[in-house]
Amino acid sequence: MNAVATKLVRTRPRVDTAPLWIRAGVTAWIALLVIAPVVSLVLKGVAAGPAAFWHAVSARGAVDALWLSTWTSLIASVVNGFMGSAIAWALVRWDVPGRRLLAALVDLPLAIPTLVAGILIIALFGPQTALGGFLHHHGFDVAFARPGIVLALLFVTLPFVVRAVEPVLAELDPAEEEAALTLGSGRWLTFRKVLLPPIFPAIAAGMVQTFARSIAEFGSLAAVSGNIPFKTLVAPVYILGQVEAGEPEAAAAVSIVLLAVALALQPFAAFLARRAGGRRG
Amino acid sequence: MVEAKRRVPDAQAKLVFGGIVAYLSVLLLVPLAALVLAVVRHFGDVVEQLTSGEAFHAMGLTLVVAAICITLNGVFGIAGALVLVRQRFFGRRFLDALVDLPLALSPVMTGLAFLILFGRSGALRPVVDLLGFSVAFAWPGVLLATLFVTLPFTLREVALVLEEVGDHEEQAAATLGASAWQTFRRVTLPNIYSGLSIGTTLTLARALGEFGAVLVVGGGIANKTETATTFIHTAVEERQEPAAFGMALILAAAAIALLLFLQNRKAKV
Repeated sequence: MNAVATKLVRTRPRVDTAPLWIRAGVTAWIALLVIAPVVSLVLKGVAAGPAAFWHAVSARGAVDALWLSTWTSLIASVVNGFMGSAIAWALVRWDVPGRRLLAALVDLPLAIPTLVAGILIIALFGPQTALGGFLHHHGFDVAFARPGIVLALLFVTLPFVVRAVEPVLAELDPAEEEAALTLGSGRWLTFRKVLLPPIFPAIAAGMVQTFARSIAEFGSLAAVSGNIPFKTLVAPVYILGQVEAGEPEAAAAVSIVLLAVALALQPFAAFLARRAGGRRG
Repeated sequence: MVEAKRRVPDAQAKLVFGGIVAYLSVLLLVPLAALVLAVVRHFGDVVEQLTSGEAFHAMGLTLVVAAICITLNGVFGIAGALVLVRQRFFGRRFLDALVDLPLALSPVMTGLAFLILFGRSGALRPVVDLLGFSVAFAWPGVLLATLFVTLPFTLREVALVLEEVGDHEEQAAATLGASAWQTFRRVTLPNIYSGLSIGTTLTLARALGEFGAVLVVGGGIANKTETATTFIHTAVEERQEPAAFGMALILAAAAIALLLFLQNRKAKV
């Protein structure tokens, strides 16, 4: 009886609220808007042949820029792994005044334009400011230097781990944590054995998302990194430099590398998100 | 015994909480305060530099592009979500993946892609030449690039709601004799309203703040393709910090307003 009912529900015809011409229009729109530019970008990168492609991506400036992007993104991912989990835990478990403000703050980087994020860091740490001048006097630069790059990345990627971990944590029963604590395991042991295993895929998913965003980040870094070749020039800003130097083929070649990284990370991120089980917030 | 055990972690918890507040303050609040302070301190210069024709043109272009974007994304977002959620056809999954592709591109790559497509010897250059307008280093390029980067937002938010509400109500309406258009207007549209408003807000935020793509494809030419963000970029390069800080504060304020609206909406859903 039950099986029959399920079958009936399954075979029920769908109501087609969208007739065929709408499907055709949507397909054409997406194809033109997305496929055409991306395909032309990739073709431009490989048009001059494999030797030219290799020459463009193995140029010293390109390799340095890709490496700088990679390690600053890794730092941002690791810091977010820790801080993002802690913030998510605080948002879910604690009923403190100002919790809603905290939640809004975490989403702020999603709304603030990325270039403005860079300007914010300049406004605080720029060479003309009191703090920036003081730090410079003591031999530590933030704006137009590598610490500024990491700070900007942490700003723009702040929500990723928090929003990945939060829904998973919300579904866990706090009673388990309390039971572990009551039974005498320390806070650290409780965290490691009870809390961490179920939320680990979510943390990893947020970290992969952080890395993917960081390696592609442009606006904030164009403002804050100072763009000194071989020192503070990240890959996306290097691409801009190649475009401005009249080398679109080289720019497209480095773009292909970044695109390949992003596409390689996507199934990995999707797998982790599925393992995490929480719904997208 | 249990009471005593719980009190100790609470002190530790407070420490963690304090650390989080300190981290967020250094990362977000203090820089925001520094920007406000910088604008207040140079207020005269800020007003003077932001009341120029160039600044007004930049803000105007950004607003017009954003308005076109939320309209087109509204139409194609709803249609796209309906097609991708409710229909099953060959190539659906591919189309679905394409919608997220813009998220995988660095904005500077988006700008470059449109520049290659419509620039000198670009594949679509003859078409736009024939139609008598230009895309590279012109406002249509700014619009196209912004449409590209905002493509997923409305569509995904509407699709999320469509999946949640299912099609029972639409079926009922159809059974009761409503036409496809009536069903859409009376049943589907009210149902997806929450997703539509969230998606539109996200689109607006991104359109107002898009920088890399419009810089590369538009070139940030004053009084022509310069947007609010590329205006900031030019001001920084010309060492006109008051103009940069002032425009940045305007964009930040708009972003915060949109965020508060979003939080309000999500709380209602």
